[in-house]
Parts: sequence; C-alpha cells; structure tokens
Amino acid sequence: MSTTTEAAATAGDPTTGGTGGKPPTRRQRQAAGIADAASVGIKVLLVKILGLGIIDALAIFGIIILLGASQWLVAAIVAAVAILVNWIYFSRRKLPAKYLTPGVIFLVVFQVFVLVYTGYIAFTNYGTGHNGSKEQAVSSLMASSLERVEDSATYPVTVVDRGGELGLLLTDPDGDALVGTATSPLEPVDAEFDGSKAVEADGWTTLSFAEVLARTDEITALAVPFSDDPNDGAVRTPDGSSAYLYVSALEYDEAAGTMTDLETGTVYSDIGTGAFTSEDGEELLPGWQIVIGFDNFVRAVTDERLAGPLLYVTLWTFAFALISVASTFFLGLFLAIVFNDMRMRGRKFYRVLIILPYAIPSFLSALVWAGMMNESFGFINQVLLGGASVPWLTDPWLAKVSVLTVNLWLGFPYMFLVCMGALQSIPDDILEAAKVDGARPWAVFRLIKLPLLLVSVAPLLIASFAFNFNNFNTIYMLTDGGPRDSNAPIPVGFTDILITMVYKVAFTGQTRDYGLASAYSILIFIIVAVISIIAFRRTKSLEELN
Amino acid sequence: MRVNTKSLLAAGAVAIVATLGLASCAGADSGSEGEASASGTLTVWVDAERVDALQGAADAYTEKTGVKVDLIGKDNADIKDDFIQQVPTGKGPDITMGAHDWLGELSTNGVVAPLELGDSAADYLPVAIDASTYEGTVYMLPYAVENIAVLRNADLVAEAPTSFDDMIAKGKAAGLAQPFVVEQGAEGNPYHLYPFQTAFGAPVFGSNAEGYDPTDLQLGNAGGEQFATWLGSQGKNGTGVFNTDVDGDIAKQAFLDGTAAFWLTGPWNVGAAVDAGINVAVDPTPSPTADPAQPFAGVKGFFISAESKNKVAANDFLVNYLGSEDTQLSLFEAGNVLPANAAAAESASSDPIIEGFAAAGADAVPMPAIPAMGAVWQYWGIAEADIINGADPVTTWQKLASDVQAAIG
Repeated sequence: MSTTTEAAATAGDPTTGGTGGKPPTRRQRQAAGIADAASVGIKVLLVKILGLGIIDALAIFGIIILLGASQWLVAAIVAAVAILVNWIYFSRRKLPAKYLTPGVIFLVVFQVFVLVYTGYIAFTNYGTGHNGSKEQAVSSLMASSLERVEDSATYPVTVVDRGGELGLLLTDPDGDALVGTATSPLEPVDAEFDGSKAVEADGWTTLSFAEVLARTDEITALAVPFSDDPNDGAVRTPDGSSAYLYVSALEYDEAAGTMTDLETGTVYSDIGTGAFTSEDGEELLPGWQIVIGFDNFVRAVTDERLAGPLLYVTLWTFAFALISVASTFFLGLFLAIVFNDMRMRGRKFYRVLIILPYAIPSFLSALVWAGMMNESFGFINQVLLGGASVPWLTDPWLAKVSVLTVNLWLGFPYMFLVCMGALQSIPDDILEAAKVDGARPWAVFRLIKLPLLLVSVAPLLIASFAFNFNNFNTIYMLTDGGPRDSNAPIPVGFTDILITMVYKVAFTGQTRDYGLASAYSILIFIIVAVISIIAFRRTKSLEELN
Repeated sequence: MRVNTKSLLAAGAVAIVATLGLASCAGADSGSEGEASASGTLTVWVDAERVDALQGAADAYTEKTGVKVDLIGKDNADIKDDFIQQVPTGKGPDITMGAHDWLGELSTNGVVAPLELGDSAADYLPVAIDASTYEGTVYMLPYAVENIAVLRNADLVAEAPTSFDDMIAKGKAAGLAQPFVVEQGAEGNPYHLYPFQTAFGAPVFGSNAEGYDPTDLQLGNAGGEQFATWLGSQGKNGTGVFNTDVDGDIAKQAFLDGTAAFWLTGPWNVGAAVDAGINVAVDPTPSPTADPAQPFAGVKGFFISAESKNKVAANDFLVNYLGSEDTQLSLFEAGNVLPANAAAAESASSDPIIEGFAAAGADAVPMPAIPAMGAVWQYWGIAEADIINGADPVTTWQKLASDVQAAIG
C-alpha cells in the first residue's frame, strides 16, 4: 500500500538525502521493506486480511457450486481471478494494480464479455429454428417423427430386466403376455397377472417404479420391435406403465449425414446451412446453430424490407438524439443559472422539486405519460384542454413532439444537476473581473460561463447523445414506435428509432433472430462509437481554454 | 497507510461484488434453477401466480410415488424465451407450464418432447386436444381452457342480450352512453374482435386433418370484407361502439364504474369485477349476424423438455396424474380456471361464472399455433385499428390479406 509510495517518495526525493538518485541496493530495499512492515498499522493489516478472507471465502464457495454443476471453465476463471487478487493485494509492490484490479474485473465481466459474446452471436445463425446443437436437432427430429400406428392398442406394460438387459412385458388386448427387448422382437411368454395386467414373467425381474425412474435414459431409448418386419414399427413406453406402437416417419443415416422421409422418399442432407435441406430447398426444422460468417451483416444492410423505412428512421434517430440532448441541456442550464442566484428564496425546495422526475423510474413515468396523452381519455385532453381531442400519440408529427417532450421531462433534471455543479466550480473572480471590465450579463454568459461550462460538461453531452441514440425505454414504453406506418412492409412506426426498429425486425411475431439482432447492434455501436470519437476529439480544443 | 484504509476497503468491496457476480451468474443458471438431473426430482417451471394452486398437487404426487416435484415460480412473460434458451444447454427444467400458442415456436426450436396421452385423450375437451396438437403430434398436457366472454352488470341489465344490436339497445335503455366496452389500443386488438369476425364467417386459416393449414388463408374472404364493413360502421365515423383509445385499463374502469354494462374480456378480469361489488353475469359474445360468434380458446398446459433426463417420471406425472379428473378438479378449486379434463370441467361448471365461460367457449376455436400466425398478428391489429378510425374497410382489409399472404410467402 502506501508504504511503497512513501518508500519510493523517500528514495526518489533528493532533498531528503536518501540515495541521491542512485537506485537502492538490495539491502537498502530490504531495510525499507522491514521499516514499512513495522510502520503498517495493525488495524489496517487486519482489515486487509479480513477483506481478502471474505473474498477468498466467497470465491471458494462459488467454485464449489460451479464444480458441482460441472462448470469447469467458469470455476477455473473464478479460481484464477481469486489467486490474482490475493497475489496483487499481498504483494508489496503492484501499487497501480491495487487500484486498477477492481475496475478491470468489472470491465471484463460487464463490458468486454458482453461485447465479445454479442460479436460472436452476430456471426452465427442463432435464432428460432437454430437453437441448439446438431445432435439435439437430430434427436428432436427423430422424437417428433414417431407416429403412433393408427388404431393400435394401448398396451399395459411392465418394465423387466434380465441380466442387465431391459425388456418390456406387454399385455395385448386379448389378455396374452408378450415380452421383447431392443434386439429381440415381441414373443409370447408365460406370465403372472395382476388383474388383467401381466406383472411378472419367468426368467425376468420386474422393476419397481423407483428402479424404472433410475434407468430413465435406457427406458426412453428402448424400442422393442413389434415383429421381425421393421416396417411394423416398435413398441415404446413413455411413462413406464403404458406402451404404444410407433413407426418413424424419418430415418437418420449418420454416416451420410442425411435424413430420409420414409413416406415420400425425400432425402434431406446437411448442406452447411444449419438445417437438413432437401434438393428443392425445403428445410427440416429444428436445425442447429452454426457460424455463418458475415451473412447477418450482409442481410442487415441489404434487407429490401428495410430500404424504405431505414432512411427516415435513421434521420429521426439523429434528430431525436440531438434535440433531446440540446433541449434537456438548455432547460437544465437555464434552471441551474436561475437557481444559482443567491437572491432567490427557497432554492433548496425548488431544487428538490426539479430533481423529482429524475427520481421516478423512467419506465414508470413513460407509461404514466402514455396514459395522460391518450386521445379520448387522457388527463391532458380531458382535464387540461377541457375535452379536446388532440391526437398526442397517434398523429405522426405530434407523436414525435410528444416523445421529445416526455424525454425532455425525463432528462432535464440530470442536466440541471450537472450544470449546477459545473457553474459552482467557475471561480467568482473571473466573473467579477468581467463585470469590472463592464461586460453585460449576456456577454458574461456567452463568452465566459458557457465556454468554461462546456469544458466539463461536453463529455457528458456526448454520453447523453449516445444514451439517447439508443433510448429504447422511452420509445418502447411511450409509443412503442407508433403510430404505425401502414405503408411499410415491416411493422415500423413514425417514432421508431434504430434500436426499436431493430428489435421489431429481429423479433417479429414468433421469430427470434438473435444473430441478426446482434449484427444490427454492432452496426449501431459502430455508428455511436464513431460519432463519439469525433466529438471527443473536438472537445479537446475546449480544454485548451484552461 | 493513512489514505489507504479506505481505498483498500473499497477495493475489497468491489472485488467481493465481482466475485459474487461471477459465481452467482454461473450459479444461478445451474444451482438454483435446478438442473435436469436423474435424481428423482422433477423441476417444473410454473407461472408464479399459479404456484400455490399447483403446490398441493405436487406434494400429493410426491407422497404417492416418492418423486420430488420442485415447482419454480417464474414470470409468465419470461417462461417461453427462457425455456427455448435454456433447454439446449441442458439446464432447463423437466417440465414447463405454458400456453398452447407457443407450440409452433417450441417445436421449431426442438425443445419440446412429444407426449402420448394414449386412451386418456378422450377424457379431455376436444378444443383442448386440438390445441395441444401440432402437425399431428400431441406435445402438451392441457390443464385449463380460457376464452373471452361478455361480462354483464346484472344490476344494470337484467337479461342476457340476444344479439349485438340487442346488447347495445339494452344498454342504451339502461341509460348508458357507451354500454359496451372492449379492450383495443392504438394498434388494435384482434384477439378481442375475433368473435365478431368469425360471426361473419372469416376464420384466419382453413383447417385440414393436421390442424390449421398455413397455405389456406381465409382472412380475406368475402366474410372478412363484410366484417370489415361492419367494423367500420361501428367505429369512429359510425356508432362509435369501438374506439382504439380504449385500452385494457380504461375498459376495466368503465365497467367497474358502472358506465358500461357489458365488457368483452377473459376470466382473468372476473376477480376485479367481483371484488368491486358488481353483480357479474357471464354471457356468450352476442353475434352481429345469425351465426355464432366464436372466440379464440387459449389452452394452458404443460410441456416436457426435449432434454429432460427424467422423461419417464415427467410423462407419468403429467399423463397419469395431472391430467386425471381429481387432480384437475383440485387445480380448478385452487386456481378457478375451467379444467381441460371434460369430466372435471363438467363438475366445475356448477359455478355460474365458470359455466358462463364454458358456455361462451362451447363454440371456441383454438388460437392457431402455427408460425404463420406470427405474420398475421403483425398486420391484423393495425388494419382493424385503421378501419375503426375511418379507413376504407374493404381496401384496408384486402391490403391486410395481401400483406399477410406476402409475409407467409
């Protein structure tokens, strides 16, 4: 901890004599270390050990749970991070690391991981119909291709075992007992009956319900051929007490990697698109997840359905973000200047009032505003305007105004707080000097206060722009992008911004296209990042004012 | 050291949170949500509001068979997407509660296992079995059937209306300006208008032996155009019976305040009306034509995960236990929904409210679960909202039909 700083400061400071600029020898360093250790307060040491102890305990607890759940990789990562943290904080040096580690851990968990994962998904076909692995798709296809033979009976069944091999003991509708295994077809057997159900057969051990459950996997996979002819199908039991005769409509050839429809003879093969596809392009779903390269990005920019709406949605997104930032900033600034005036009474009370919109969750206030702006029943039309019928949220232009107004209401308290702080940090002597020089208030504001304010506030304005560019909540809760543009081929509306439009395109109806959604969000990220970088560069010129 | 006690503490706190975060992220997926293990425990995801209703049945099954049933209450809105995402990782539940119209999506994603009802299929209401079947295979154990009906404030209007016009006339006679309310919204609400649409003979899809046929779009037929014309005549430029500014809350408030005597809604809103002290009667939707007004039936049920390691126990629990008349009846008593089991439904109908919904649902048709339905929802409501607000009915309806046809491909 600071022991090292002090040592370094002492060692490096020529005024204290010390080593006079030469690097300390090994003995000197040892001596400094011992002196430091002696100077460390016992309380601090205790706190340090206690803190790390808690972290280690939590890490070990986490690792035990993770190992129990067979999460090897995550467990290894937690272990590695825990060791690293211990090493850093028990070390005498590594002062920068001591400060940086917590932030870096957060950065990795909450930012880097999310970004990398989104990036990865953007290159896959993950979405409806391409949800799991190929193995899962095959087993799911095979399971749903089982068709119960029409008008076949329900067979009461007992699961039996002979030398580890499972068999099904069936009672057929005539009351005769049949037994068979996965390899030998059903054949008559002498059995004991409980009522009309065969429950025990010679040479076989009957499994209890608990034993049946314990061997679920085997029983689920067990298909007993009905006869020597495979076309007669096989008997399976889904619940261990009744069996049914099934034929499969699909055949999977693992070596060739093809699915064959046994009714029509159509062959579906794996052609690298993540689903079994027939020659005429028909896909068998579910398919599976594969990496598909840049396809999602190509689709994102060449989707014909988007060609029309994309332009006006992009324009509106920029307008929405810019106007939101400008309106909230200037209203916040105006109020900050007004309430910064010492002559005003009850300033504290007003300030609390102004911050209130900021304290209400924006989800809630957007919904409340949506209710107040309802054309026939809303508070604004009914009470404030005496029963007028203003289409606040249903007219394309008025809806845009409404969205901006609500966003102004939601956003100005933040700007008010920020400007208030920045204004108070402007030294009074500069302002007084200006007054003495005879500057009028407007000139003081325009030439002195505003530039000084912008030095500290400009980065926040850029952040606010980026936030509003992707302000999903306000749009989604207030208008859900509406009113709908009924001419557009996608369900896009007149107040949709890019991010809400993407949501509608990637998640329409029952289709969830996570790959496409990720590709879009990366494109939006690039747009916002480029704008922010350019803006930050330009604000550097402001800093030269100081 | 003077400065650093604080920073060390802060750093420690940060690291603790981060470690916790890492561990709990990974832990929550597997540990607390319950892994599909073969230990004789069934993990069941249930709509959080129905956990209490199911707990008794789950405990009784454990007592009977020794299989532990672990009910996990989840927000109904998250269940479908979570199930689709978690099943392929092997960490999903063995069984989930859900609605039948998820079937297309669940099946396309390969996350549900087929279910064999065997002879017990005949014990259920036909609409429940139809709804549980997708492409000829049953995937869901039906548990409850829901459909909309007209709630009537019997203190305002004593007799059930015989037709749509009769309903409005009776309401006006009782001195109400807007006697009938139905939930709409800026983007329409086709679910609540469907009974009127079917009364004009315009279902969304035609049917074949396997269920709804996505290649046979019936939406834009002549009946559909008649419905659109009628809807326009009852909209903003007509009688004003339908209003897109009326959303669910406004409709509810109008009925609770007694300014509306009729409210077309589902069983989920009966509680609020009864609690408000209203003398509620339940009538089938009055038809604007001579044909019956058929609402959509929504069937709630249970799905088995395709990756469950306890399929035998899961099948046994659902088919042989949850589907039985006794269990369905006890679920009805705990949850007040119309059971899907026919015999249990019959017993439950001794309750006049349930009987009213059952009668209104006698003609109900299952809401299509086929993926093509997604394309219909996308355009349907907005077209109806436009018509209510004065757009030319026939052209708007034809555009709707062609948009949907184009989206289905």
